Amino acid sequence: MSANSEHGTMTLKLIVWRQKGPNEPGRFETYLAKGITEHHSFLEMLDVVNQDLIKEGKEPIVFDHDCREGICGTCSQVINGLPHGGQVRTTVCQLHMRKFKDGDTIYIEPWKAKAFPVLKDLMVDRGALDKVIQAGGYTSARTGAAPDGNSILISKESADYAMDAAECIGCGACVAACPNGAAMLFTGAKVSQLAALPQGKVEAAERVNSMLNAMKECGFGNCTNHFECQAACPKGIDVKFIARLNREYLKALVF
Amino acid sequence: MILDGKSPTGPIESTWDKHRFDMKLVNPANKRKYKILVVGTGLAGASAAASLGELGYNVEAFCYQDSPRRAHSIAAQGGINAAKNYPNDGDSIRRLFYDTVKGGDFRAREADVWRLAQVSNNIIDQCVAQGVPFARDYAGYLDNRSFGGAQVSRTFYARGQTGQQLLLGAYSALSRQIKLGTVKLFPRTEMLDLVLVEGEAKGITIRDLVTGEIRNHVGDAVVLCTGGYANVFDLSTMARGASVSANWVAYKKGAYFANPCYTQIHPTCIPQSGDYQSKLTLMSESLRNDGRCWVPKKHGDNRPPGEIPEEDRDYYLERKYPSFGNLAPRDIASRAAKEQCDDGRGVGPGGRGVYLDFADAIGRLGEDVIRERYGNLFEMYELITAENGYKVPMRIYPAPHYAMGGLWVDYNLMSNLPGLFVLGEANFSVHGANRLGASALMQGLADGYFVIPYTIAHYLAQTSLGMLKEDAPECKASVSEVNARIDRLLSIKGERTVAEFHRELGSLMWNNVGMARSEATLTEAIEKIPAIRAQFWENLRIPGNGAEINQQLENAGRVADFLEFAELFARDALHRKESCGGHFRVEYQTEDGEAMRDDENFCYSAAWGYRGVDQEPEMHKEPLKFENVELAVRSYK
Repeated sequence: MSANSEHGTMTLKLIVWRQKGPNEPGRFETYLAKGITEHHSFLEMLDVVNQDLIKEGKEPIVFDHDCREGICGTCSQVINGLPHGGQVRTTVCQLHMRKFKDGDTIYIEPWKAKAFPVLKDLMVDRGALDKVIQAGGYTSARTGAAPDGNSILISKESADYAMDAAECIGCGACVAACPNGAAMLFTGAKVSQLAALPQGKVEAAERVNSMLNAMKECGFGNCTNHFECQAACPKGIDVKFIARLNREYLKALVF
Repeated sequence: MILDGKSPTGPIESTWDKHRFDMKLVNPANKRKYKILVVGTGLAGASAAASLGELGYNVEAFCYQDSPRRAHSIAAQGGINAAKNYPNDGDSIRRLFYDTVKGGDFRAREADVWRLAQVSNNIIDQCVAQGVPFARDYAGYLDNRSFGGAQVSRTFYARGQTGQQLLLGAYSALSRQIKLGTVKLFPRTEMLDLVLVEGEAKGITIRDLVTGEIRNHVGDAVVLCTGGYANVFDLSTMARGASVSANWVAYKKGAYFANPCYTQIHPTCIPQSGDYQSKLTLMSESLRNDGRCWVPKKHGDNRPPGEIPEEDRDYYLERKYPSFGNLAPRDIASRAAKEQCDDGRGVGPGGRGVYLDFADAIGRLGEDVIRERYGNLFEMYELITAENGYKVPMRIYPAPHYAMGGLWVDYNLMSNLPGLFVLGEANFSVHGANRLGASALMQGLADGYFVIPYTIAHYLAQTSLGMLKEDAPECKASVSEVNARIDRLLSIKGERTVAEFHRELGSLMWNNVGMARSEATLTEAIEKIPAIRAQFWENLRIPGNGAEINQQLENAGRVADFLEFAELFARDALHRKESCGGHFRVEYQTEDGEAMRDDENFCYSAAWGYRGVDQEPEMHKEPLKFENVELAVRSYK
């Protein structure tokens, strides 16, 4: 047992991807995270490292984060090769250091996908996901024109199914985990949510075509059934929604 | 100065309908000539930008996040209120109006609250049409749950992620307008100044957070939907990027800041575990339906909770408030927890925690029932604390959560600066001194979908088109002011980090201006804040430069503004010599420790005007009139 663990703190070796900008070459740099307890979240551990770097006159590691409670979908790091660190249904900000032990070496990289260019260090541009939604991830309901919420009944089963799909936080872990850099789980979840509800059925065919086109234009790959996306998804979105996406696409071809 | 909220007169039931008819309109063919700048893309901002774009206005929308979908509205858990009365349990627009005025401890404007209650039903319809998957019962009808401060079931919900689903609905409507070209989106941009011409708000100055570019955007009106300021406490339930900055620059340009001391401290959050901590996590209020709050009766009782027998436990909420028990409102429950911990009977590290115990409910209903009701919350608790809430009681403690105060607005949601509109949590309008659960989502969407589309036209129809040009001296002056401040921040090259200053300020605010305030603690805070501010400007260290992604620089700007705002906050709390809602002054309490309002002297909103960083602000009063609800003492005994 080291002196550290007797005091209840850990020292970890971090090997972190540093990259000045989208067109600059990147490289791995090594840092020590000292005085870390089991109660630190992974991002709080990086906060500690950044404070030390600033004190040493060095540039802190840039990473995206915001709500720090697993719902905004901003944090996006590949930890030891796995998006969000590989703990089931967990975002980076919810990952805690009790999952690591004193002396561990941790590799930290940004999302890596053609459609997500690196902006700096661990921060990437995920604007492509917004473009896919802009292509058709909505119903065209005008403000103020809606009928009473109970005028169209929706079975509990459909509402629950739609909610399962709608839980997506748009973090992009599915893309980062996919060997093809595909956004099929992300797109499939939105297409399925709206196709399952009467309000979304009217525009279903146009929606699926338009969103799939946007997906291709943004540089996302295609699905070859590895299902890494589902394993990496911090909300546990099911790959059945990719099957639904394909079905909706076929239906759109027939009509 | 006495401020006039310009509420319409006449019977309150018809005020909004009458007002909608009285307001001026903009011809459909003329709408595209007007440009509207919407800052912030949470519930208020996304719904406003989408609805205004749909009407044909030329809209530009700004957010600091990389996508509008990540605004902090996304984190709201419980639900959204509406007066649908689907359960047939006696709800009505009048009852929602009454509960909200009373819940706010009689410190909000009646007409604004009435309108909120009136449009609440339209919000639910709109969201259903967008494909928001609200919970349904087995017959396919919308389901409701109960929330604090109401005796009816009027809360609509989507599992524990209602805020997320409503925001994604508004975001989808916004995305549709972006595709149609009526809205242009500028993500990763932060508003750093407001540009006025002839006293009217006509432009903003932003920093592109990726390139560092400082530039102006000009328009015919500016709509701030920039959220609340609870991060002045450093540790709060807010997102780390949430700040007072957009509101603060507007204040410094002449907008009045109303009731900054009204802040909500939420009773059920996971306690702090160390100095490194960046965030306090909320556990939904709904847990208090089945959880019982207690602390040991004896001081220094260090036995594990399971070994403390019933007779040695103090179920303090049930003892103090027998009729409401564990479901006492947020302000009351928070203060009671603090009282036990101040008495030295708190539990966990540092004695800053109380137990929330489910053992009785599990014994009565079984663990499965509790899991079905709150499973996701128990999971979240375990992720953070590594403790199993089914086996040992949870530990909770209050944390800053929401800002009822904000920029002063009139009935049209326009500030005292013509052309500057303020929506959602950023304004002060409807929650008074305390907000009820499930009402924040309602207000954000009411303002964005159903109020601003009408009221902004009334202003636009009376202003001149294109008053501010991009090459105007006002624009250039604003850009150089913003650049000068950034240069100043970067050139300090001191020893201490932004986070250290934020922590120091937050700790002072929490201890002196937090759940219980006194003349002594407030006076001390007002003395100490300028000293921290001076230290900040002498000894701050920011690495890197301004022409690149620089998160330390972004944070420094936000903390610099908090260091000024904190003083106003404390001054407002000092001047308000009464206790009401989230504002508790220890000098003004009843014998048994309840808040004592002073309607004779403080039945007004205090709107503060800027006179310089080291100058005392000027106070303007808006007297509050209660013609439809009788002023009464809130009691939960």
